[in-house]
Amino acid sequence: LISLDLVLFFLSGFHMTEYLSKIFPESCLLIVVGVVVGLLLYYTDAANGTMLTPDVFLFYMLPPIILDAGYFMPNRLFFDHLGTILLMAVVGTIFNSMAVGGSLYLVGTTGIFEEVPLLPALLFGSLVSAVDPVAVLALFDELSVNEVLNIVVFGESLLNDAVTVVLYHMFEAYTVIGENNLHFTDILKGIASFFVISLGGTIIGVIWGFLTGFITRFTEHARVIEPVFVFVMAYLAYLNAEIFHLSGILSTTFCGITMKNYVVANVSQKSQTTLKYTMKMLSSSSETIIFMLLGVSTVHDEHVWDTWFVIFTLLFCTVYRALGVVLLTAIANRFRLHKLERVEKFVMAYGGLRGAVAFALVLLIDENHVKQKHMFVTTTIAVIYFTVFVQGITIKPLVQILGVRRAEKRKKTMNERVHERMIDHMMAGIEELIGHTGNYYWREKFKYYDQKYIRPALL
Amino acid sequence: SVMLRDEEISEIQEETGFSPSQIERLYSRFTSLDKGDTGTLSREDFLRIPELAINPVGERIVNAFFKESHEDQVNFRQYVRVLAKFRPLSEKKPPKLNSKDDKLKFAFSMYDQDEDGFISKDELLSVLNLLIGANISQDQLASIAERTINEADADGDQRISYEEFVQSLERSEVEQKMSIRFLN
Repeated sequence: LISLDLVLFFLSGFHMTEYLSKIFPESCLLIVVGVVVGLLLYYTDAANGTMLTPDVFLFYMLPPIILDAGYFMPNRLFFDHLGTILLMAVVGTIFNSMAVGGSLYLVGTTGIFEEVPLLPALLFGSLVSAVDPVAVLALFDELSVNEVLNIVVFGESLLNDAVTVVLYHMFEAYTVIGENNLHFTDILKGIASFFVISLGGTIIGVIWGFLTGFITRFTEHARVIEPVFVFVMAYLAYLNAEIFHLSGILSTTFCGITMKNYVVANVSQKSQTTLKYTMKMLSSSSETIIFMLLGVSTVHDEHVWDTWFVIFTLLFCTVYRALGVVLLTAIANRFRLHKLERVEKFVMAYGGLRGAVAFALVLLIDENHVKQKHMFVTTTIAVIYFTVFVQGITIKPLVQILGVRRAEKRKKTMNERVHERMIDHMMAGIEELIGHTGNYYWREKFKYYDQKYIRPALL
Repeated sequence: SVMLRDEEISEIQEETGFSPSQIERLYSRFTSLDKGDTGTLSREDFLRIPELAINPVGERIVNAFFKESHEDQVNFRQYVRVLAKFRPLSEKKPPKLNSKDDKLKFAFSMYDQDEDGFISKDELLSVLNLLIGANISQDQLASIAERTINEADADGDQRISYEEFVQSLERSEVEQKMSIRFLN
């Protein structure tokens, strides 16, 4: 509670000093404030240790942010670029995890820093190399780059959750089993569990999304509870996925994506406004608290600082991120009509911030199996600080200098809306004609079934 | 069915800019649509594609192919010529049937059914009926049509000319929206 008061105090102070907010992203300042509060608490012996526990983060802070992201996701844009997003989120994250973990292990064997066994190194690599949705969202909201670039980075940060969680649990299980007792079937199990966790999470999310649409169909006599239903159902989607150890992030994202169209048609205009502002408020308070607590949690006794380990981790994270983006966008561009340009690739690589998800995961490591836990925690904090501060502060001027295309904010004219709709159908027709199952084809198919079966049932 | 001869492929390649493997792929699609094995497609052949038959503008798309052929049959050459309009525009190569103008003309022809060079209010209404149709009242549709025409109509003749159509789509990247990556 003390910290909450302080948050409000500092936030208002921060916005008054406009000068500061022009240079620093909000997330940076929040962390700084958090550190100050942490120091105060530490020297007054009020509290010591991590305030941001994994449970608090995963069950209270994260869901509102993810729901907000999913609900306001531009569906069309998201699905149009789904291929690229998935490539980055799945292949990119696996590549980064393996490369960072493997390289740290190899460098460790030279003795420059305390040697880390292979499996703990891979475990660490898997949690430290995933792009974080909260940090990315906080940064890109202020950045306003063009919508394609935005959706690719942002979509990646949401969808890589399944990969991160699977890799993390896989390597965690492997460290418990031990390197020598590892069988080939364990690896196969890991691959299978990836599909179960990601698809399972997605399907649960979609089901809850449709259920929300269905329930709001009957709320016209009690308009006040409409927003409550949406929040409760979305939270249930998250918990439901987590109960079965499926990806809660994917579940909530897809719940938001699915419910939106039907909820908007079912609830009253006032409920929609309430929904919008409550969602925004919840997610931005969570965001604020996360960054604050991240700062507070930095101040404690158990740090194990190994300069070389930190330096190499930072180096590998940056280099492999860049390498991954270059290689994967080269592949993606072969299949894309709108090619990703050089500066856009740069922003993709540079905007890959690490954040609270990594922190929560590193705290979850069991000290009994991984002796280097404290070093990992310290290094993760260092990586988060580096990406949020150095990359976060420099990306804004860089985007300006490099002339990255910015987002264009305007309402579509009537003509554009009519003609674009016609062009969508027309292109779907051409795809059907040449037997090419592309974006337009699937969109048309979904719209047809949506109009014919789903909407009559849910509206 | 008959195979494509090499010189035919290179002629089509010259005219449309498709690569030989794309042409062969399109040809195999063409022959699979050609149920009667006549070497040409009839209206029924087109509308036998289930998705196209329920596509709101499906019939108009099919009509565009017959406008190209001026007959009641479409041969492979004519089929490819229409599809060539949807090749992505490349900065390096000059456009072959796939310039922004070609693409927009095709879109325009979806509305302008009597081919007088203008979209009249009735023509716009009939497309709107196909696109939005059942969920909305005729009055609302008419007011949408009116707003659309008033917004685009620069010379005040209550209809949309091709130039006005192009102008109204100036900012919506039509050349990208009207492109398909043809498989090899």
